[in-house]
Amino acid sequence: MKLVSIVRGIKFAAVAAAALAIVGCAKHADPNALAANGAAPGSQQDFVVNVGDRVFFQTDSTDLTPQARETLDKQARWLNQYNRYYFTIEGHADERGTREYNLALGARRAQTVRDYLVSRSVSAQRMHTISYGKERPVALCNDESCWSQNRRAVTVLNQSS
Amino acid sequence: MVNGHNPFSALSRESENAPTEGKELRPRSCALRRNPNRSAAFPVSRRGVLSLGGAVLTGMMIAPRRAAAALSVDITQANVQPLPIAILDFIGSPGAADTARAITQIIANDLKRCGLFAPIDPAAYIEKIASVDAVPHFADWRAINAQALVAGRVVRQSDGRLNAEFRLWDIVAGSQLAGQKYFTTPDNWRRIAHIISDDIYEKLTGEKGYFDSRVVFVDETGPGQRRVKRLAIMDQDGANVRYLTRGGELVLTPRFSPSTQEVTYMAYGQGQPRVYLLNVETGQREVVGNFPGMSFAPRFSPDGQRVIMSLQEGPNSNIFVMDLRSKAMTRLTNTPAIDTSPCYSPDGSRICFESDRGGSQQIYVMAAGGGPAQRISFGEGRYSTPVWSPSGDYIAFTRIYENKFAIGVMKPDGSGERILTEGFDNEGPTFCPNGRVIMFFRDPGGNSGPSLFTIDITGRNELREPTPNYASDPAWSPLLS
Repeated sequence: MKLVSIVRGIKFAAVAAAALAIVGCAKHADPNALAANGAAPGSQQDFVVNVGDRVFFQTDSTDLTPQARETLDKQARWLNQYNRYYFTIEGHADERGTREYNLALGARRAQTVRDYLVSRSVSAQRMHTISYGKERPVALCNDESCWSQNRRAVTVLNQSS
Repeated sequence: MVNGHNPFSALSRESENAPTEGKELRPRSCALRRNPNRSAAFPVSRRGVLSLGGAVLTGMMIAPRRAAAALSVDITQANVQPLPIAILDFIGSPGAADTARAITQIIANDLKRCGLFAPIDPAAYIEKIASVDAVPHFADWRAINAQALVAGRVVRQSDGRLNAEFRLWDIVAGSQLAGQKYFTTPDNWRRIAHIISDDIYEKLTGEKGYFDSRVVFVDETGPGQRRVKRLAIMDQDGANVRYLTRGGELVLTPRFSPSTQEVTYMAYGQGQPRVYLLNVETGQREVVGNFPGMSFAPRFSPDGQRVIMSLQEGPNSNIFVMDLRSKAMTRLTNTPAIDTSPCYSPDGSRICFESDRGGSQQIYVMAAGGGPAQRISFGEGRYSTPVWSPSGDYIAFTRIYENKFAIGVMKPDGSGERILTEGFDNEGPTFCPNGRVIMFFRDPGGNSGPSLFTIDITGRNELREPTPNYASDPAWSPLLS
């Protein structure tokens, strides 16, 4: 499912890129402004595809892994560069916890990401957190290959911003 | 609450075997609470019954003691031999034959599903009983090993009301154990059947039944990544499913108020997910408080005046209680941990809940006003979703150990832990009104979805609860009458 959403993102990016190309012609903008994969810098697609909109957690843990910190550092740089965006941090859990505990666990994961981004100078005013517990899995199977994708916090840029 | 919206207020009952006014021998006085016009209104039918009551008076007077000795089901043992019982097709008056047959089936289904009774195949019957007023030929029923016999009649009266009556016979002792007559509006016919099942259950086990009750749950449709969840309510046997929300927003963890007229649950509306109250009869709903973070895991206090829940505070979740009249909010825990799934003891004096304050999810008990909490779960694994039994003798829980989810019970001091069922993924126990049966949901995971199950607290008789779609988060109501 992660793949599907990325593919969808790329498709969307291609449309956006085409639109930008027309504008670009009119303004004589540098065509090299497009990233290699076609996402316009500063676009929501750019954030999803080139920065990475999500970090993953170990089982029943809210600690940030080195890889998660790396992703969040990139998110912070991007969010500080394109500071017009408001965003929601969604916290999620895998299916191997009870419903109410997982709601609290998801909230804690979202809070961990929020605090980290704040520590990287992203304004807390731009952020909102929400927990979905185990209610919105992206991968459906009964082994770690799916569970590891579901234990996540996703930074979702608000569509209107 | 809102008597005008109570669809069951028309239900009335009479005792058929009462020697005089039928008051002394009412087996379940609580069933009469909402009865506005018991007896008096139908003197003719009552007289007819009384003559028979006189005929068996002697046997009836001693029946309870004999029943205790000769005919009773010991429901405390793990290996119960179901009691063979003959349930005759209720006799229907013209226009009520289908209803009579359906009532018989509901009673047989209730008694069979509870695991304590074994309805006998009607093909084995020797005696054909044509009247509910006839005394059975006991030898014919002993010959097919019946230990109890139920006969009944359903009459549609000229005023449109339904009149259902039954007699329960002790075949071993050769005496009548119970006889009751109920009047109701025709749309309540299913409840009449469940109430008769409860009467039979109580007479034969010595404990109140649980069949006249409902279950609120979450109906699930659609793919796993984008499940549509709707609140739904149904009778305890899966009949009469009615939807309470439309599915436009995610809804979770409904729980009944003691009045059975309201549920509290959690929903994703605008902004943060919050705890709501919903009147199941009027559809009126309101949010419980307005907090900066998520509010979740709600449950009513036993008196229905308060809702206890978790509030998210940054990375932590703590337990609070709101007085529904004054709207005053009181903090009960204050830990840098996840404290959730609170549930009152039936007397309202204590609260069980789960917390990871010690490193992993475990069950704790504290006074209803908060203060120090005592950990009661010490087995291997994580312990979650504690719920107190209606009589206070057990706390049921979900245990997670090595990716297996078990439903179990322990005493409130943590002793006597027993696992009832284990697998992936069992979760969310709820007690039936008499505490003998637990309902929970099981989700095999993957592309599948959850179903509801019931199991006896002895660990026997695991049965799937019929629901129209995938279903989760069941909560059993108290007895309706």
